[in-house]
Amino acid sequence: MKEKKKFSLYKVFVYVALIALAITIIVPIVWVFMASVKSQSDLVQRSPWSLPTQVLWSNFATAFQKARMGDYLVNSVIVTAMSIFFLLIVALPASYVLARFRFKGKKFFNALFMAGLFINTNYIVLPIYVMLFHWEIALQVQDVFLNNKIMLSLIYAATSLPFTIYLLSGYFQTLPKAYEEAALIDGCGYFKTMTKIMIPMARPSIITVILFQFLAFWNEYIMAFTLMEKDNSTLGVGLKFLMADQRAAADFGVMYAGLVIVMVPTLILYILVQKKLTEGMSLGGLKD
Amino acid sequence: MNKKKAQRTFIFGCLAPAVILAILFIAVPTITVFKESFFDKTDLIHDGAFVALDNFKVLFSDERFIESMQNIILTITLVTLVTLVLAVLFATLLTREEFRGKNFFRVIFYIPNILSIVVIAGIFAAIYQPSNGILNSFLEMIGLSGLTRAWMGDPDIVNYSIIVALIWQAIGYYMVMYMASMSSIPENLYEAASLEGAGKIKQFFMITLPLIWNNIRTTLTFFVISTINLSFMFVQINTEGSLGTEVPLNYMYNKAFAGNYSYGMAAGVCIFLFSFALSGILNNITKRDVLEF
Repeated sequence: MKEKKKFSLYKVFVYVALIALAITIIVPIVWVFMASVKSQSDLVQRSPWSLPTQVLWSNFATAFQKARMGDYLVNSVIVTAMSIFFLLIVALPASYVLARFRFKGKKFFNALFMAGLFINTNYIVLPIYVMLFHWEIALQVQDVFLNNKIMLSLIYAATSLPFTIYLLSGYFQTLPKAYEEAALIDGCGYFKTMTKIMIPMARPSIITVILFQFLAFWNEYIMAFTLMEKDNSTLGVGLKFLMADQRAAADFGVMYAGLVIVMVPTLILYILVQKKLTEGMSLGGLKD
Repeated sequence: MNKKKAQRTFIFGCLAPAVILAILFIAVPTITVFKESFFDKTDLIHDGAFVALDNFKVLFSDERFIESMQNIILTITLVTLVTLVLAVLFATLLTREEFRGKNFFRVIFYIPNILSIVVIAGIFAAIYQPSNGILNSFLEMIGLSGLTRAWMGDPDIVNYSIIVALIWQAIGYYMVMYMASMSSIPENLYEAASLEGAGKIKQFFMITLPLIWNNIRTTLTFFVISTINLSFMFVQINTEGSLGTEVPLNYMYNKAFAGNYSYGMAAGVCIFLFSFALSGILNNITKRDVLEF
């Protein structure tokens, strides 16, 4: 009897702890969603816990048009898609070769990419900016290296190479050798063996890379903030300016609408693939 | 012979783009950070002269830089301790206990990790707002209006407000990590311990903790690195280093853009070496004989 009581008390503690943490996460996010359709007078004069007196979708219209979140959204989609594309076409062949071939200098290249794992973009964003700035002066061009979405994507891809190559080549190493030996004996060239046989077999790890890098590129802030001009930037930067502007103009509803616009795509992706994401983490296990 | 040549061409073609990009956008900028810290380059256009260690000498008596280092040490310590304890606790509960809704909690706890740091800064701006903010109005609602504060405006507490935001962001990520390594511990160890009469707490300290120890050690490095990075972006977005919230990377960023390029790079070198040294020290003092199952 006594044992049973102790047990249920313990269970209550477990539930209270879990629910408390869950509330601190859910409530602020739901609150922001609710605030995004509130009018300014609702937000300032009434209790923050009251429901909106009217659902003001115009906050979103203002955010999309006047604060140009629509343009930023398009830019983010373009940059994220291009970055993932660049990353995969560069990282896949390199990972494959590093995992499967023996050649002179292999150790050096492995060390180069491993060392890259320790360099965070926050440290090198300014030298990259200065370097691109000097290229533009030297070639007397504008908006070719700086403030250019293609260049930003290329830099996103480049700075993600160490982690991606580490993950992909680790996966390539686990694949059985028999497949490519058979392909080579059948007269399949190296390139064809890679693209037709090995890369399709690496699909699970490629999906992991895409998921993680989608979030990383979509959420990236400091590089876009530094290299792009305000009008040409991505969602994170747009949101930062929106937050600064709305705080001054005291139009909080639009600010919360902006937060929702940035959050929703990642939340949708997360709901669709949360299992894959948290499983893939134990595979990759690295943090920005 | 021809086959060998074909192979070499193939290897070269596959590696060259990745190597070129990594050298151009990772290696060269990294070397630049270290190199420039020995010069006195001011603006972004003109080269500076070699000044050896002068930047570092000034830096070590620069009050704002010292403040930023104090802040980051406080932040790393508290974020690591609190997050580690909570993440291990919640991971243990979610792995070892049988109850409904396990998956629901795991899914919810991980959400902050998928949000952009700009969004997190925005959410916490809403939470910490002095009038009509989520936290203050909640305190008033439960009758604790004496506890309301200007969370992001009071220099005495603003750093702790930032620390809470960073912990909020991190718990779910580390919890999922620890859950992954806990779930690989064989069940029969717990069964045996249970038969011998070991309670849940004893089981945790005798089985779970020793067996995930190496995983915890690895995450200590993550804690150091990610706290340095995330606190920079949080501060850059929300306070811009005012009210005594300066952190080293933010100081580097602002100095370098405001006409003190080399000086900023020297600050960057310091925090970079600091993060390496701290990770190394933590890694060494937590070394234990590895237990295997």
